[in-house]
Amino acid sequence: MEALERMEHYRSLFRQSYDDAGAFPSWFGRLRESAIESFTRLGFPAPGSEEWKYTSVDPIASVPFVHANGEGKAVTGDIFAAAFVDEACARLVFVNGAYSARLSSLSELPAGVRVAGLRAALAANDPVLEMRLGRAARFREQPFVALNTALMEDGAVVLVPEGCRMAAPIYLVFVSLAQEQPLQSQPRNLVVLGAGSEAAIVECYVGIEAGNYFTNAVTELFAAEDAVVDYYRIQREAARGFHVGALEARLSDRCSLTAHAITLGGSLVRNDLRVVLDGEGAECVLNGLYLADGDRHVDNHTEIEHAKPRTRSLELYKGVLSGSARGVFNGKIIVHKDAQKTDARQTNKNLLLSDRAVANSKPQLEIYADDVKCSHGSTIGQLDRDALFYLRSRGLAPDDARSLLSYAFARDVVGRVKIPALKERLDDYLAICFDRKREPGR
Amino acid sequence: MLEIKNLRVKVGEKEILRGINLTVAAGEVHAIMGPNGSGKSTLAHVLAGRENYQVTAGEVRYNGKDLLAMSPEQRARDGVFLAFQYPVEIPGVSTTYFLKAALNAVRKHRGQEELDAMDFLTLIKEKINLVEMDQVLINRPLNEGFSGGEKKRNEILQMAVLDPRLAILDETDSGLDIDALRIVAGGVNALRRPDRSMLVITHYQRLLNYIVPDFIHVLFDGRIVKSGAKELALELESKGYDWLKSPAAGLS
Ligand SMILES: Nc1ncnc2c1ncn2[C@@H]1O[C@H](COP(=O)(O)OP(=O)(O)OP(=O)(O)O)[C@@H](O)[C@H]1O
Ligand SMILES: [Mg+2]
Repeated sequence: MEALERMEHYRSLFRQSYDDAGAFPSWFGRLRESAIESFTRLGFPAPGSEEWKYTSVDPIASVPFVHANGEGKAVTGDIFAAAFVDEACARLVFVNGAYSARLSSLSELPAGVRVAGLRAALAANDPVLEMRLGRAARFREQPFVALNTALMEDGAVVLVPEGCRMAAPIYLVFVSLAQEQPLQSQPRNLVVLGAGSEAAIVECYVGIEAGNYFTNAVTELFAAEDAVVDYYRIQREAARGFHVGALEARLSDRCSLTAHAITLGGSLVRNDLRVVLDGEGAECVLNGLYLADGDRHVDNHTEIEHAKPRTRSLELYKGVLSGSARGVFNGKIIVHKDAQKTDARQTNKNLLLSDRAVANSKPQLEIYADDVKCSHGSTIGQLDRDALFYLRSRGLAPDDARSLLSYAFARDVVGRVKIPALKERLDDYLAICFDRKREPGR
Repeated sequence: MLEIKNLRVKVGEKEILRGINLTVAAGEVHAIMGPNGSGKSTLAHVLAGRENYQVTAGEVRYNGKDLLAMSPEQRARDGVFLAFQYPVEIPGVSTTYFLKAALNAVRKHRGQEELDAMDFLTLIKEKINLVEMDQVLINRPLNEGFSGGEKKRNEILQMAVLDPRLAILDETDSGLDIDALRIVAGGVNALRRPDRSMLVITHYQRLLNYIVPDFIHVLFDGRIVKSGAKELALELESKGYDWLKSPAAGLS
């Protein structure tokens, strides 16, 4: 498709779904209209533009993806194992973007916690939606966020009341089932955490079947004072799936967010993760892992805004790249003028397992305060020779030593997962990936 | 057990070992002392099979076999063990995980069955007592954030588990406090056996009060310039290395 044609395609998708969506509140319609205007103005990111330097979205823009019509082929419970979901926990499940009551289970929720599909929440016109939706996500600046906002119809809404400490995580599962015609889905999630609440939320994106499809997901997360959030974005799209995802988080005073972004699948992937530390003493820990083989392309952009004094961020992203895969990491840290006593640390490490694999790593610091501690480091390289010798000197064959070191490299991130059942499942996955045994009981 | 003849080794253009001769019989403990940069660690690494060293002359026999022709893992499986002066850190896997993989590689080679998780745990618990190591350490990422002393204990723990025939301890005493030194030395002594030989590299006579060697050798500028009984360590302690500096001085 040519550029104009591409835009017209999405505008017509917008009109279609807009006309179908009679039951939505009017403010929601206005938000979507303003977003399609933004998208029309912004267009798809131009090749070589600053924010998209190494990632061409042409493969996405050139396919006329359409909305799914119903669930299509029935999805079975097997999907949960593939998506690392603990079936004992509450979950919302979406198939090709639409809420599936049949696969969801909300019986395990504590009193006061509201978890629903966006469509249902809109039907009830919960005032929190109007207050929050579109307030963190930058749909006026970011093309894919604009596209998502224009086309959003469903997704997960999680509202945790003040002081509520949830013992078990909530899983949000997004299943893509490729069909004959390439499908797109635009999941839109909203998470609002009350003061002093505690929650763990796991987003899982999983694709089945081999066809081409496009998932463009946006999550907005708002946390009031003293909230503690453990957030996961686990992406295991199918081999020919395209995935663009954004997390926009706003933290108030003394909030603590740990976000884990684990990218295992997809052929063309872009993740934008932005945290605004918008309250004194707020802190975030970002753990990222990306594994790419074949000719897959995975681009991670993170942005941490230290907007208030005494905020802390600690970021570790690690990538394992093999075949002719490419991994991109761009880590921006912005420290505002009055965000004194900021402490920001960023590390990106890339392990190249083949000569053809490529990594691009770029820290970007914008510091406007003077009393801050900021550090960043990045490495791109092969397995450490000293470590290889150490293992071989203990009797491990070279292949075994290499597989152990690669596994260890990736496991370093998975080891930081705080939900035991999830950690175990991810660890199993890594063990298989790197052809190793998992150590039982860890 | 080990026979080194006229071993010469280069790194790049620099000749570091310049004709080493050393014979270690089964059950013997030999100490190697010598100033910084004299080539002690180089010798240890060459024996363990590290790449990047060019052996330009000489040979090394290990139980009659040509040691230098073997890969590092073959040597390990055949009973060579090096306790590193600077053990590497491997974030992401624990000592337990790593050591189980290593032990099973060695056992497989010896025609023994691989140990399952339970049996391995029993074994490692027993060995951990030997070095009085804190048990939480073995479940932490390998050496990551370990103190200097903890790393050294971990090396000896690995040695106890892997049950080598020739153990080379490269400055295992460096960085140990007095209590830890006694404990680690006790662990090493407990591992002395008539069929196990040891090369103990150290800067300190103190260690040799605990691990009493059969012989002491002084390595100087890539050569063994003096060999003697354990009393030599005391002499070195009081006199330093200067008196050995003239090329002929120590050679008997
Ligand atoms: N890879 C290398 N490249 C260049 N020089 C090297 C290399 N490895 C060792 N050397 C040099 O070889 C010499 C001997 O080093 P070695 O580490 O064997 O000494 P050492 O006796 O163990 O010293 P220490 O008591 O300080 O541990 C030193 O001068 C060292 O700089
Ligand atoms: Mg040394």
